[in-house]
Amino acid sequence: MKKVREIGPGWWALVIIVFFLLLLQGLIIAGLVNPYIQTILCYAGVVVISALGLNLIYGYTGQFSLGHAAFYGIGAYTSALITRLLPGWGFFALPLGLVAGALVAGVIAFLIGLPILRLKSDYLGIATLGFGMIMNVLFKNSDKVFKVMGGAAGMRGIARLTTFLWVAVIAVLAVVMLRNLVFSAVGRALVSIREDELAAEAVGIDSTRYKTLGFVIGCMLAGIAGGLYAHLYTYLNPDNFDFLKSIDVLLIVVIGGLGSISGTVIAGVGWALLLEGLRIVLPSAVQEWRMVVYPLVLIVIMLVRSGGIMGRNEFDFLKPADYRRR
Amino acid sequence: MRLKETIIVVCLALGLGIISCGPEHVIKIGVVAPLTGDVKTFGESTVNGIMLAVEEANRAGGIQGKQIKLFISDDKNDPTEATNAGGKLIELDGVVAIIGSVSTKCSLPLADKCQVARIPMITPTSTNPKVTVTDDGRHKEYIFRACFTDSFQGIVAARFAVETLKVKTAAIMFDVGNDYSRGLADYFKRLFEERSGKVVAFESYQKDDVDFSALLTKVKQSKPDLLFLPDYYNKVGLIVKQAYQLGLTCQFLGGDGWDSPAMLEIAGKEVAGSYFVNHYSADDPRPEVRNWVQKYQARYGQKPDAFATLGYDAALLLIAALRNAPNAKPDEIREALSQIENYPCVSGEISFDANGNPIKRAVIIRYNETGQEFVTSFTPEE
Repeated sequence: MKKVREIGPGWWALVIIVFFLLLLQGLIIAGLVNPYIQTILCYAGVVVISALGLNLIYGYTGQFSLGHAAFYGIGAYTSALITRLLPGWGFFALPLGLVAGALVAGVIAFLIGLPILRLKSDYLGIATLGFGMIMNVLFKNSDKVFKVMGGAAGMRGIARLTTFLWVAVIAVLAVVMLRNLVFSAVGRALVSIREDELAAEAVGIDSTRYKTLGFVIGCMLAGIAGGLYAHLYTYLNPDNFDFLKSIDVLLIVVIGGLGSISGTVIAGVGWALLLEGLRIVLPSAVQEWRMVVYPLVLIVIMLVRSGGIMGRNEFDFLKPADYRRR
Repeated sequence: MRLKETIIVVCLALGLGIISCGPEHVIKIGVVAPLTGDVKTFGESTVNGIMLAVEEANRAGGIQGKQIKLFISDDKNDPTEATNAGGKLIELDGVVAIIGSVSTKCSLPLADKCQVARIPMITPTSTNPKVTVTDDGRHKEYIFRACFTDSFQGIVAARFAVETLKVKTAAIMFDVGNDYSRGLADYFKRLFEERSGKVVAFESYQKDDVDFSALLTKVKQSKPDLLFLPDYYNKVGLIVKQAYQLGLTCQFLGGDGWDSPAMLEIAGKEVAGSYFVNHYSADDPRPEVRNWVQKYQARYGQKPDAFATLGYDAALLLIAALRNAPNAKPDEIREALSQIENYPCVSGEISFDANGNPIKRAVIIRYNETGQEFVTSFTPEE
């Protein structure tokens, strides 16, 4: 009973990261960070939040989903509708919109997950792909229900409420939440399903329940990311939520390492900054080479580190004490 | 782990550290266009046109002794990328005006971005009226376009049908999921009926349909004098071919989506004798057009299409505005743009209306068995 609880490296890392983000926020307030760079930093955060969701679904639970962008879109459209309905709510409009986006994405994920999560690997991929296509068609014809959603022409006139602080806070919360989840009993159950579903069932894990849980939480994260995206770029077009965008997220998760939070964060931030960095670095005459350099980077990463940047590993500070010294 | 942390820091530093500080003896103009992605060819043609206009202006001594420098950024025909490209050009490169983007879905967010940043923007080719006006119908003061809008195209098509072709009844077939097609169909219907024409069939199809025999049979039974097909060449080609197989012999009419060399390949000889509304025709006898076709062919070795022409015109308009903006400040350029009157461009003499849309002529082109021929031109009514 005399054991004093140590302040572990996890807490120190959190303090340092929060300090770093606050410093960045300070620079933004001081007007030292150009608005374009701010947008890109926010976008990197949005991408990370969305990719963390897919990592939980695919990386930890092993459920191959190609419909992630659809949930991202559901969150984006829902929260945009909510903030349009609450023009006078000022500060509270965005959090309400995000919560609504996450809830709607979560409920739809639950309803769609129950029947299709019975499918395995590629077959689940096809089913989620189908769902993504259905959502895309719905977004394109949304103006028949809600005129403001704009249908194929896209939804306009969304307030620009997303700030760097919102994105940073939510991204850090998402990392902490996910870290606590995957190193808990629930997280172990999810990983056991990925490793061998039959064996997991044999030791008494209700695989349907856990798969659905993982899927719903992952999709809710996509919903939140979508809400942040909507209020960052203020324009939503159905084409932003088609299956090609799901592939982008999948790519980030695989490049970072399936089942690695650290990897997803690095790959997500790296992906956003690489694409925009190339726009800045490449001269006007060779802009189209951006789409050559970027795939080349992907190929090189896959050749050098076939398991993703981090594999299944984490930064030490993300691991609980028992995992650290091994 | 240290290596990866270093990588992150380097990436961040790269993003934050690069601050452009160009010399002030150039005028910086931004271009946003799809140089990769699904409509890459449109973007390339547009940029070719813009570059030609800027090269000419620079060779002629620039503007008040200053050379124009183009900053080109790719949007992949993706709205997010268009916003990012605009942000980079405005906030990092410090451009004073932007020409772009090509498709409506990219021009919409780019226009919002430019309006907020108070940077004048001219879209060469986005025909959707919403690009230059807000939801409640006010003009975004900083946004202009070089092409005519879908509503104007509808007017021209309806006038041509009633006044020149002298048709009494028309059938319309359109893609219900495509904003362009649906909008043009609506405008044509309204304006055709205003001119005491009668719309006998108003039928819609889906994006992925390839068999139109059921719809066409319905259209045939309504015995129209004219079938209006406001869609892109790939779809129209299929419809025209199938219509002939069903023995539908009425006149066909369409919009600027028909303009493609691939039209004859898809539709075959059946499309000969059909008319469409376009921004310009390479066979137009006007001296400006002849001169332009010659210049473009000498520089790029091919005939200019509508995208190249509109890109060139957009750049001409901007250069004209720059000549009236002694300090090349965005607000001056905006003011100068809005005051442009009857400026001679390739696609016609351009003035801007209260919503930043050009008032200029449209041409009617007929397909014959080997290609296109110029028929006539329409100037807007007073």
